[in-house]
Amino acid sequence: MAHVEPQTRHRRRALLSQTFALLCLAATALCVLILIVLLLEVLWQGLPRLNPRFLMGSMSRFPEKAGILPSLVSSLWLIGLTTLFSVPIGVGSALYLEEYAGPSRWRHLVQLNIANLAGVPSIVYGILGLGLFVRTFALQRSILAGALTLSLVVLPIVILAAQEALRAVPDSIRRASYALGATRWQTVWYQVLPAATPGIMTGVILAISRALGEAAPLVALGAATFITFVPVSPLDEFSALPVVIFDWSSRPQTDFHQVAAAGIVVLLTVLILLNATAVYVRYHYGKRIRW
Amino acid sequence: MNAESSAAEVVGLRAVPWDGAGHGGVRRKVVEGLVQAGLFGCALLSIFTTVGIVLVLAVEAFEFFREVPLFDFLTGTEWAPKLAGKFGVLPLVSGTLMVTAGAAMVALPIGLLTAIYLSEYASSEVREVVKPVLEVLAGVPSVVFGYLAVVTVSPWIRTFFPSAGVFNVASASIVVGVMILPMIVSLSEDVLRSVPRSLREAAYALGATKFDVTVKVVVPAAISGIVASFLLALSRAIGETMAVALAAGNSPNMTLNPLEAAQTMTGYIVQVSQGDTPAGSLEYRTIFAVGLALFVSTMFINILAQWFVARVRMKYD
Repeated sequence: MAHVEPQTRHRRRALLSQTFALLCLAATALCVLILIVLLLEVLWQGLPRLNPRFLMGSMSRFPEKAGILPSLVSSLWLIGLTTLFSVPIGVGSALYLEEYAGPSRWRHLVQLNIANLAGVPSIVYGILGLGLFVRTFALQRSILAGALTLSLVVLPIVILAAQEALRAVPDSIRRASYALGATRWQTVWYQVLPAATPGIMTGVILAISRALGEAAPLVALGAATFITFVPVSPLDEFSALPVVIFDWSSRPQTDFHQVAAAGIVVLLTVLILLNATAVYVRYHYGKRIRW
Repeated sequence: MNAESSAAEVVGLRAVPWDGAGHGGVRRKVVEGLVQAGLFGCALLSIFTTVGIVLVLAVEAFEFFREVPLFDFLTGTEWAPKLAGKFGVLPLVSGTLMVTAGAAMVALPIGLLTAIYLSEYASSEVREVVKPVLEVLAGVPSVVFGYLAVVTVSPWIRTFFPSAGVFNVASASIVVGVMILPMIVSLSEDVLRSVPRSLREAAYALGATKFDVTVKVVVPAAISGIVASFLLALSRAIGETMAVALAAGNSPNMTLNPLEAAQTMTGYIVQVSQGDTPAGSLEYRTIFAVGLALFVSTMFINILAQWFVARVRMKYD
């Protein structure tokens, strides 16, 4: 090996270190840049098409007349029912795992199972919904079948978030409650759950956001890309905001792409409102807790 | 605040209404028992979900494999269920692997470097800007990325490579790569930060540069967790649906050329679901067979990833 002056070696190592730091910085900047480009691109294409007629209009085969009201209402039905199903069951499961089940093989199995369910592709839930809710339970392609399927998709998210929130409640609260003679359920209901609520709410909002953006399970269920009416009952046929965006994006005409972009602006706006609520809840209720 | 409740409120307890207990506590015991049973039922539902997935997929797939031999399904190189009655799944598998490999090439280096930057270099102010940005990126629905692949990325690829098709694997790979990026960054950053400070300080004391410390000490110490984050991201890429259904095209095509169209397993399921396929027909059952293949492969990768995560826990907990 050729002899290298110690000073040159030192300079080389310093240069390598700086280059690497720059490379890491560049990667991080790229992540931020991607989000900016994504948002600008969608706004650029979508904003010109966004008007009251688009928001209140029904679906149409002509891009200039197409509106999103039926799909927007469908999506609100879906996330409403999904929340109704998944939150009690999800929080219940978390309470069972954190507050009731002792460390056992069974608890470990349930926990492992939930972690695995969180990783199952959402379209597989769609196939489950098709086989179970649409065919076996004969719910047809109804809002109810869609909401039940979406509930299964988001259930692991709710459970895992609620568990984390419950774990953050200090044990001193539980011990103090027991010391005053409260039963286990009284301790959970009056002390632990209220203390864990901000954390649980954050997880719930995350789950609702996921349910709102999911198209794959609904497409597998056979959600309509075109409905002529605004659904008024859980047994009505349905569409969904991401499903019609998918349909519009898949068409060759660029006019439809602009309509899709306008739909995306609406979808992202609802998502941002939901997340702003999550931040508000975390901040507003978080500061009342005094431990 | 009245004097009676003040002591309890100081420790953070809330008032509990009197439940009439004291006469042997029978009512209490009944309530406690019912509640526990109810919560147990909730937890049981997640087990039922898994059993349900396996049963629904297995029953219909079993019917499918009675008509199409499993061997032909796994080794056939032509997928044309409707036109030619050919049920070789390999073109769909190769489409899925092409998109996943492309996404990995985009996301793994950028994701790991970003995680290293956030964990080792960034000031807390920078972290407070970048982390929410990544959270927002992670929350963008898949269909939005599909739209971008078709409207933005694909035309951009076609200006550089005029031979590329309107639908191509490359555009799908790029957007899926962006979709799995936040996952890699946040999971890898967590493990990098969990590497004890003492390891870094020991390396500096031996005269190492920041590069040496990061690349030769911190990253190797966290490697199990980093591998786990890569695996979880790859499993997510395999199951990714709407973006690839829009961008990659609908032609089951065994090709290594990323500029050509292909079809993934998920893309095929979407295509069949959109048509009016009568329940019970062989074509209807293909989605259960393909779904089963998808479920088994992602499950396998996820379990492998959990094994790696358990290794990290053993090391530093």
